[in-house]
Amino acid sequence: MSQMQEKSCPIIANHIKIALVGQPNVGKSMLINSVSNAHLHVGNFSGVTVDKTEVLFDYKDYHFTVVDLPGTYAFTDYTIEERVTHDYLCAESYDMIINVVDSTNLEKNLQLTSELMSMSKSMVIALNMSDEADKEGIDLNASYMSELLGIPCVKVSAVTKIGIEELLDAVVSVREKESQESKLIFSEPVEEEIAQIVWYLDKHRYEAKNSYRNIAINLLKNNKKTYAKLHDDPVWTELQPILIEALKHVELHHDSDDIKESFAEEYASFNRGIVAEVLKQETVDEKKTLTEKIDNILIHPFLGIPIFLFFMWALFQLTFEIGSIPMDWIDAFFGWFGDTVGATIPNDDVRSLVVDGIIAGVGAVILFVPNIIILFIGIALLESTGYMSRVAFLLDGFFHKFGMHGQSFIPLVTGFGCSIPAYMSARILKNDRDRLLTLFIIGFMSCGARLPVYVLFAGAFFSPEMAGNILFAIYIGGAMIGLIAAKVLKLTAFKGADEPFVMEMPKYRLPSVKLIWHTVLTKTMMYLKKAGTFIAAASMLIWFLSNYPHNLMIEEEYATKIEMAVSEEAKTTLVNEQAVAHLEQSYLGSIGKFSEPIFAPLGFDWKMSVALQTGLAAKEVVVSTLGVLYALGDEVDEENSSLVNAISKNISFASAVAFIVVIMIYLPCLAASIVFTREAGGIKYFFYLFAFTSIVAYALSFIAYNIALLFT
Amino acid sequence: MKTLKDCNKACKVKVIKLHASTDLKQRLISFGIMKESVIEVLEHAPAKSTIEVKVGKMRIALRAQEAELIEVKKI
Repeated sequence: MSQMQEKSCPIIANHIKIALVGQPNVGKSMLINSVSNAHLHVGNFSGVTVDKTEVLFDYKDYHFTVVDLPGTYAFTDYTIEERVTHDYLCAESYDMIINVVDSTNLEKNLQLTSELMSMSKSMVIALNMSDEADKEGIDLNASYMSELLGIPCVKVSAVTKIGIEELLDAVVSVREKESQESKLIFSEPVEEEIAQIVWYLDKHRYEAKNSYRNIAINLLKNNKKTYAKLHDDPVWTELQPILIEALKHVELHHDSDDIKESFAEEYASFNRGIVAEVLKQETVDEKKTLTEKIDNILIHPFLGIPIFLFFMWALFQLTFEIGSIPMDWIDAFFGWFGDTVGATIPNDDVRSLVVDGIIAGVGAVILFVPNIIILFIGIALLESTGYMSRVAFLLDGFFHKFGMHGQSFIPLVTGFGCSIPAYMSARILKNDRDRLLTLFIIGFMSCGARLPVYVLFAGAFFSPEMAGNILFAIYIGGAMIGLIAAKVLKLTAFKGADEPFVMEMPKYRLPSVKLIWHTVLTKTMMYLKKAGTFIAAASMLIWFLSNYPHNLMIEEEYATKIEMAVSEEAKTTLVNEQAVAHLEQSYLGSIGKFSEPIFAPLGFDWKMSVALQTGLAAKEVVVSTLGVLYALGDEVDEENSSLVNAISKNISFASAVAFIVVIMIYLPCLAASIVFTREAGGIKYFFYLFAFTSIVAYALSFIAYNIALLFT
Repeated sequence: MKTLKDCNKACKVKVIKLHASTDLKQRLISFGIMKESVIEVLEHAPAKSTIEVKVGKMRIALRAQEAELIEVKKI
């Protein structure tokens, strides 16, 4: 027993907490998978939108905690990832940094390394992708590099799992040794000034935890914390003039008034020196790399966009063709499951709550899981191969005209399938403002669940030949309104300078099955868990509102009538009539009656008002609500011809147009709204979205209604 | 003043100065675009709205507006 405890709860002294840092696309996630081998424990603690992953495992006598931080090019706060990483490295407590570096692109990667080196933390460098470097004829001398930098450098390959143990050994030995000052060397003028400040600090025997050299560098770099510390010390009065002179000298040397730029140049020349020393590459052949060859086709000025459109078309075909196969099974399963469970519950109300409320509602959510999985696999493929960046490159020009970013395209197209994955995929947008704007626009892309409503109304008011064109017009119309809305929002709510578009075009890579499986699994589970629980609750609420209060008078009246009915047909009509009478006096009916005046200018009766409001839970519900309200019983779908007849009889053409416009624009379903709120980062954004979509929907619907009135 | 925006495909240039604002400058620097670095223009998107360049071994996409802020000279 005590042995067991020792194993699962090791002594604190043997604990090593590691921050895993590296630029994007250096294979950090792959490395963490290879290091920990078998996912001993993977815990996700998510920030606003970016997740850092923590992995725990044991090696030798040590208990390791590795925190996988989002990829970052430099120590800035430009993107969410960079902010998360920067904040973590500066504020959290950890023992050591493992800096993952792409061996095939050493010089660029060292830019981040040199910034990390000036943090005076223990560090180990993992020279990842060493197998690829070998293939490219890159000869990297790791031991010489360790010597030059004063930091252990270990060649590893996350793919072939080479060097993983050596890396962990290096971590252990760094932990056991005294920490070593890193050997960052600057240009002569900067070194002179550092020496000057160090000499001054030494003369005054200034007490500090960090080395004088480190303090001097941080002062020259305008590090706020170092300034704050020294500012309260008596040495400051004499130090300040020295520092001003020093900064002037550095600025003069670099011909720039931006000290950050000067230091970046310092680092770059240091790195060039390191690379020249440790790296030998066989003469570079002028042959084009594979990536360049592929790019010649995929981002071709004329062919690029058609190829991309083909890929998207194929993805959507797959999503809906293959996705619809298991959908039927899931549907059948929940039907059977509802009946089976229902049979075991004697109480009518409880059975109705469980079967018609919870099981039906949750089933409706699970129904879309196959589509979502396929869509996620497709998006993960596009992302991990590096194609997504090419798409952004191709489309940025067009989207920029509407105030959006090239990368907005993916979430918007996904929105035609379902808004939920669309909101989640908006995470690929790095900039907060761009992401928020895209989140607000996604709802304009009519999702699959709205299709039944469109089919129903197009069928009721247009000939079968025209209906298809009308459907197409509705979808395109929605997208056009969305783009215009984006432009309007950009000019008003999201006003401000255009965010720059500077983006890496990564090498093409074959996707890793393991990584894609992992991403898709986590995302799908998240969808099931979050949307599932909320949908269940919402279904119960709608069920309750449409079933209560019970009116005994109506029940008794119809019970006798049904008993006296002669034919089966008459009975069905009576049952439907009872349902309508019941619904009319239910809470939902009262809400519909209450809100009728609001929708009167759009030509809606109370039934249409109710249908719109139940549609807030899920758009599919609009059709079934209309079906119930126009007294056809519960079993209705968009192909039910009698519902089509009822609608063309009861609803005027103008009201129908207005209704379609509202369905196109107003708030997405409850589950989507919840995901939106989470992705946008606050409940206030939900209210903004609600206000924005409601106002636009109401205004455009009003205009459409009055125009349609002119024509009829 | 010649900027990166004016460069044609397959043109190789050296950066002389960055005229960008502080934030964008930092961004460019973190991608390796700074004084003295060598840039090769690889491809233009339709209507020349976006440019793909190569810096060291890294391929970077940037808008024409951003490219206009990078002063270069031909080598």
